[in-house]
Amino acid sequence: MSLLFEHMAALQVAVPLLSAPVCSLLRGGRQPWFLALAVSWFAFFASISLLIQVLDSGDISYHMGNWAPPFGIEYRVDAINAFVLLIISGISAVALPYARLSVAHEVDPRRHGQFYTAYLLCLTGLLGGTITGDAFNIFVFLEISSLSAYVLVAAGARQDRRALTAAYNYLVLGTVGATFFVIGIGLLYMVTGTLNITDLAERLPPLVDNRAVQAGFAFIIVGMGLKLAMFPMHTWLPNAYTYAPSTVTVFLASTATKVSVYVVLRFLFTVFGPSYGFVGLTFEYIFLPLAILAMFIGSAAAIYQTNLKRLFAYSSVAQLGYMVLGIALGNVAGLTATVLHLFNHALMKGALFMALGCVALRIGAVSINGVRGLGREMPWTFAAIAGAGLSLIGVPSTVGFISKWYLILGALENGWWPVAVLIVASSLLAVIYVWKIIEAAYFGAAPEGRGPVSEAPLEMLAPLWLMVVANFYFGIDADLTTSVAGKVAATFLGGGS
Amino acid sequence: MKHHLILRVVSKLLIPFILLFALYVQFHGDYGPGGGFQAGVLFASAFILYALIFGVDNAREVLPSKALRFLVPVGLIIYALTGFAGIVMGGKFLDYDVLAQDPQHGQHLGILVIEFGVGTTVAAVMVTIFYAYAGRTRDVDDEDW
Repeated sequence: MSLLFEHMAALQVAVPLLSAPVCSLLRGGRQPWFLALAVSWFAFFASISLLIQVLDSGDISYHMGNWAPPFGIEYRVDAINAFVLLIISGISAVALPYARLSVAHEVDPRRHGQFYTAYLLCLTGLLGGTITGDAFNIFVFLEISSLSAYVLVAAGARQDRRALTAAYNYLVLGTVGATFFVIGIGLLYMVTGTLNITDLAERLPPLVDNRAVQAGFAFIIVGMGLKLAMFPMHTWLPNAYTYAPSTVTVFLASTATKVSVYVVLRFLFTVFGPSYGFVGLTFEYIFLPLAILAMFIGSAAAIYQTNLKRLFAYSSVAQLGYMVLGIALGNVAGLTATVLHLFNHALMKGALFMALGCVALRIGAVSINGVRGLGREMPWTFAAIAGAGLSLIGVPSTVGFISKWYLILGALENGWWPVAVLIVASSLLAVIYVWKIIEAAYFGAAPEGRGPVSEAPLEMLAPLWLMVVANFYFGIDADLTTSVAGKVAATFLGGGS
Repeated sequence: MKHHLILRVVSKLLIPFILLFALYVQFHGDYGPGGGFQAGVLFASAFILYALIFGVDNAREVLPSKALRFLVPVGLIIYALTGFAGIVMGGKFLDYDVLAQDPQHGQHLGILVIEFGVGTTVAAVMVTIFYAYAGRTRDVDDEDW
């Protein structure tokens, strides 16, 4: 057992990586799903044990192939990436029990082996990009996750051919983002001669005025901004989330953009450090206005959507705005809000997209007209939407409230009270689009020609309700999440980690 | 069957040497220029040349898609299992030092096996991509050239 824990950092990534090709050799039936489920649960277990190790005894550094950093590749686990690993693997562990029926319904049965292979590769890429302490390695892993994500989105083509153009659009923009990111890394490497993040952080401070470093910084922020769908670079997101199979939307919406936010945090605070002149300017003149625009335009666009998956996809753009706003505030409370919201938003959107997957299983397309009157026929599913919707709005006793509370604290700490007012105002927009769904589902009359609809199966409702309960549990007892997030924020602003 | 006589004869002569050169690049990669990626592409190019000259259907009989679907993941599995062997034999993940009696032999063995995995996957992927494109349109009739 000690062997297992000693190598946990490597196993966290290596086990999903090995299982992906094995999965592609499996033929049909339940086997690929079962393998993906087992691996996800192992990854969840690994990330819990890593987080415990980090909180107990400090950062973990694992040298790949026993090559010492900065020459070899180092896996470096500290509080923040252990926390992000926990989010990714936790969502995957809950999403997979839910996945079997949903995927069987939406994806061609002959393709299940390949579907779960792409899923496992995506999981590997997200976990690897988070855990690694090597800047170029981040790029490689993010490409693994992105390439497999394009395939996963395209798997929705059986339901709706538009999934193919959505995936293609995502491919083009995702590749542009990745290219910008790797150009940025290349520029930093050119000047410093190192790719190790800890080493970069030590070598960069004397190079503040170097033009190549400044350009590298800009390339990295823009590249990752595209990947995390920062407004106005979010255009790939709504279509990709809308036309992907339900399980894929659940997984990607809760994890993929979060990893990009993590990478931005890592570069802003660990590599460049808050004292780097550009960072402060970026916060005030780029992140702050863009975040506020995202909050309002994302929410406003969500109000006008008729496809519910698209509605929540636009709402994700707005929610990512909150995360960027937390960074822009640049103080401990703001950063705590960002890190908390990584977790909290994964819970809300995970629950909401799972519920939409349940609806899709029963009635096909999830449009606002299609769900009229469904609240009475699928009470558990729509109660879940209502619960997670409250969390999205930020009603007290839900996780959404905790995130917004810290955001407002951060804004007031800077004396930016108009920002605090805007946070509350944008939450009111969320009330409108959540209410739209509730109204249609509970007060609308069933459309002509729809037969009786039965409630979603327990196999899908159980993971869904687990997420909904988590939304309230971590909203009422936020000690665990806030303490980790607070600790992370303090290390970031305390200069390096 | 008398078309492209020169092409047929020359490619028949060349293919064995291309394969041999690919194997040389593969197994000499740890000391000279080369390695699994380059070797894999070379190896695949021999099959692609064969398919171009003698037709995709003949090539599919030599190297069926079913075999490719098996070979693509197997290369990656070889790579990953070498990594795990490092852990099992008391080192870190992908640690080659512990694979043989001394670090020098271990490094040698490790890189050889890893590159073999890379070569397998790359060659199989290259041919798969070629088949995917070549299989899209109907084969051009021999008379229509």
